[in-house]
Amino acid sequence: MSNSKYQPVIGLEVHIELSTQSKMFCTCSADYFTKEPNTHTCPVCLGLPGALPVPNKKAIEWCVMIGLVLNCQIPLFSKFDRKNYFYPDLAKGYQISQYDKPFCVNGSITLSNGKKIGINRAHMEEDTGKLTHATIDGKRVSLIDFNRSGVPLVEIVTEPDFESAQEATEYLKYLQRIVRYLGVSNADMEKGDMRLEPNISLRKVRDIREVKKVQKVTQVAQELPPYKVEVKNINSFKFVEKAINYELERQSELLDKGQTPVQETRGWNEQKQVTLSQRSKEEAHDYRYFPEPDLPPLSFDHAYIQGLKEKLPELPDAKLKRFAKQYRLSLYDAQILTRDRNLADYFEEAAKAAKVHDIDAKQIANNIINKKPDIEKILPATFVEQIYETSQVATIPSEKLDKIVQDVLAKNIQAVEDYKKGKENVIMFLVGQVMNNIPEKVDANLIKKNIEDLLK
Amino acid sequence: MIDTTALTIQETCSLIASKQIKTVELTHSFLDRAKKLNSKLNAFITICEEIALKQAEKIDDLISDNQSLGPLAGIPVGIKDLYLTKGIKTTAGSKVLENYIPVYDSTSIARLKEANVVIIGKTNLDAWGHGSSGENSDFGPTKNPYDLTRVPGGSSSGSAAAVVSDMCLAAFGTDTGSSVRLPAAFCNLVGLKPTYGRVSRYGVIAMASSLDSIGHFTKTVYDNALVLNVTAGYDPRDSTTSQDKVSDYTKDIQKGVNGLKIGLPREYFKDLDKDIKKITMDAVKKLENAGASIQEVSLPHTQYAVATYYIIQPSEVSSNLARYDGIRFGFARDKFGQEAKRRIILGTFTLSSGYYDAYYLKAMKVRRLIKEDFNNVFKKVDILICPTSPSLPFKLGEKVNNPLQMYLSDIFVVSQNLAGVPSLSVPCGFIRNLPVGMQIVGPHFSEKLLYQAGYTYEQETKWYERKPKMGN
Repeated sequence: MSNSKYQPVIGLEVHIELSTQSKMFCTCSADYFTKEPNTHTCPVCLGLPGALPVPNKKAIEWCVMIGLVLNCQIPLFSKFDRKNYFYPDLAKGYQISQYDKPFCVNGSITLSNGKKIGINRAHMEEDTGKLTHATIDGKRVSLIDFNRSGVPLVEIVTEPDFESAQEATEYLKYLQRIVRYLGVSNADMEKGDMRLEPNISLRKVRDIREVKKVQKVTQVAQELPPYKVEVKNINSFKFVEKAINYELERQSELLDKGQTPVQETRGWNEQKQVTLSQRSKEEAHDYRYFPEPDLPPLSFDHAYIQGLKEKLPELPDAKLKRFAKQYRLSLYDAQILTRDRNLADYFEEAAKAAKVHDIDAKQIANNIINKKPDIEKILPATFVEQIYETSQVATIPSEKLDKIVQDVLAKNIQAVEDYKKGKENVIMFLVGQVMNNIPEKVDANLIKKNIEDLLK
Repeated sequence: MIDTTALTIQETCSLIASKQIKTVELTHSFLDRAKKLNSKLNAFITICEEIALKQAEKIDDLISDNQSLGPLAGIPVGIKDLYLTKGIKTTAGSKVLENYIPVYDSTSIARLKEANVVIIGKTNLDAWGHGSSGENSDFGPTKNPYDLTRVPGGSSSGSAAAVVSDMCLAAFGTDTGSSVRLPAAFCNLVGLKPTYGRVSRYGVIAMASSLDSIGHFTKTVYDNALVLNVTAGYDPRDSTTSQDKVSDYTKDIQKGVNGLKIGLPREYFKDLDKDIKKITMDAVKKLENAGASIQEVSLPHTQYAVATYYIIQPSEVSSNLARYDGIRFGFARDKFGQEAKRRIILGTFTLSSGYYDAYYLKAMKVRRLIKEDFNNVFKKVDILICPTSPSLPFKLGEKVNNPLQMYLSDIFVVSQNLAGVPSLSVPCGFIRNLPVGMQIVGPHFSEKLLYQAGYTYEQETKWYERKPKMGN
């Protein structure tokens, strides 16, 4: 940010849709993307009279695992609450969420610049249906698709510890990577698997300096500005960055004019490249949270949480360090290979298979990075075989090769003459002749060089 | 010929099984009576003649094929119009759902169908279960068969009136804070509010989810136990149902009460109407003579029960009724009646930020104390006996303009819902020709014990033989 009079105070709320087979509170398939509207529904996710929720164990397990990766504490007692509000896509007139007893609390992660970002909480809730506004037979109508209704969502809320858009996006990319590593969400932004809501405000730096004199630095530095602006439902890292930077600019201009920005919810408008006001504080909902009476409170025991800890896969950072050390890869290579868990697994499988042929893991890494094999189609062992075959040629004994080359040159005097007269293309004919005399696949360049040397 | 309408379930089952009567004939006789009496009593919102006869034929086929039969084969039942019945209109007693036909059966209905009952119809009720008299129904009040100028008690008003007037042999209700027990007491019936979590709530339109108990009415204690055998048990669709094994409630029902410790909570008898007190104490005396020991006990937080109930219940109501917005089914919100609106407003207020702590949260704390009262008292005694209603069935219209007075009808019956304990209301006599009931209350999942005590008392008195003079 250009203006150094203010310190950005940024927090993030991220919704992540879990990729469980069934929905959060019923047995309907949670795989709703591009499906025929209202085909993945039942009395529960349609909110029909009399229907009752039954929690999805897997989803809860995955939420706790996300919390564990974010170094959260997992309280042994937890419960669901109802969040009451009206919207046509909200089948029951309330959303089952968690209010004061979320599954995960008080976590933190460390950014690459060493800054610690607090994780306030991670909790479980259900998604809503989807409204579409359309014109049918000349009539303007609103259509509701409940396929998404009840799909499990984890909401992760950070402390307002970010000070720039870059820090925020680093965290978001990290979060995306770990949920993919855990295999709990595709975190595909375009499909709405991951929805981002930054809240942004500015505090005056001057304040801190003034207070330095009275030696209460830490207290005041942690004091939050008297307002905050929330930007809703952004579905790209790029847009988050733009929205944050736009807000920092907009708010600093207001502060410069001696005004306090309004506490409100805004939306990012990509066409106009601005944030636009959606809802002010006065219009804010009173959600009337209360404990969900249809679901008994949950209590976990230490063994359950320990069990989940043991289930956690190796995470990107640890894997990166291990790859660098165990396979003696450059940090850069290790980074590329650990970006995606499937690619990392592919590399390790290949490195293991390569031992048979005494191929170095480093060489495997180089091949994967440069040749980018289709890891869905080519098995790691097959890929290793391919590398092995192409490397085989170098191992042909040079005396044997020399002899074959000499034979070919002796039989093709005309061609040799032409080459010597400057017809350099002829050499490829000679290379071909040599290759015809060797049963194995050979490196053409090696032969070419051999011929050139002999004809010098 | 046998007067089939005057039989108990126990008797009817053996007549059907021994092929002395055909289910279709039986169903016809109950349907005829129901159709005839309904104009007087307004007990049914819907009488499903065609469906009932089809069910009856199916059962007769099973019998003639010597197929195995469900435990309630051929028994005509009435269903409170709060239970979803697939393909049968379910109104909740409200104009909002006047045309609503459910796409699925509630768990209880599915279990009853498996037990081969015959559903005669859907019974009238205070809309959404909101009421103690039946007068809050959008389809007109139900009358008390013992005195047509009086209320049958609510909210399961139609179910009670239907059973006692022999329009069916059992009827189903819901009890959130009186709604089975009060009508049972006002209509000389045995009415069970089971332990919270004993009977599935799935598919029963929710009133206040943490309080709703799915109960039923019968003429006799044995019949009541027979029905609970069918409805009780864990339901994977209702997370609040218990996985505890269900006992056979009819087994050992004749065990007697010898050595049983009965507590009389003094708070329930303190300012009790003299006549009701006397009739209740007479009943206690009978149990004492049968070998039970009697002692006075205390449930010290009783006086806070109604206030607590009228915060928690409307809070949950306000949330549970939110889905009836008329967007996808039913009619718009302006069709809600006065009482529903009152509870939505009350509940929305008590859950609002700034008021939540003072109302809802406080009420939940008191609820815990009330629950502890019961836990403590059941360390000393096995069961409690107390009156069901502080008054006799009152006149239609007597309390409609005074909601607070109406709420106080529930003074003896809401504590059990707050605590989740089971309570069986059994007839204990008549005052000025009007029925009186008493409650037998026990610890969680003690239904079997309640039936044993109720049965012992019933053998001494047989109040169910005193029928309303409805004419045939």
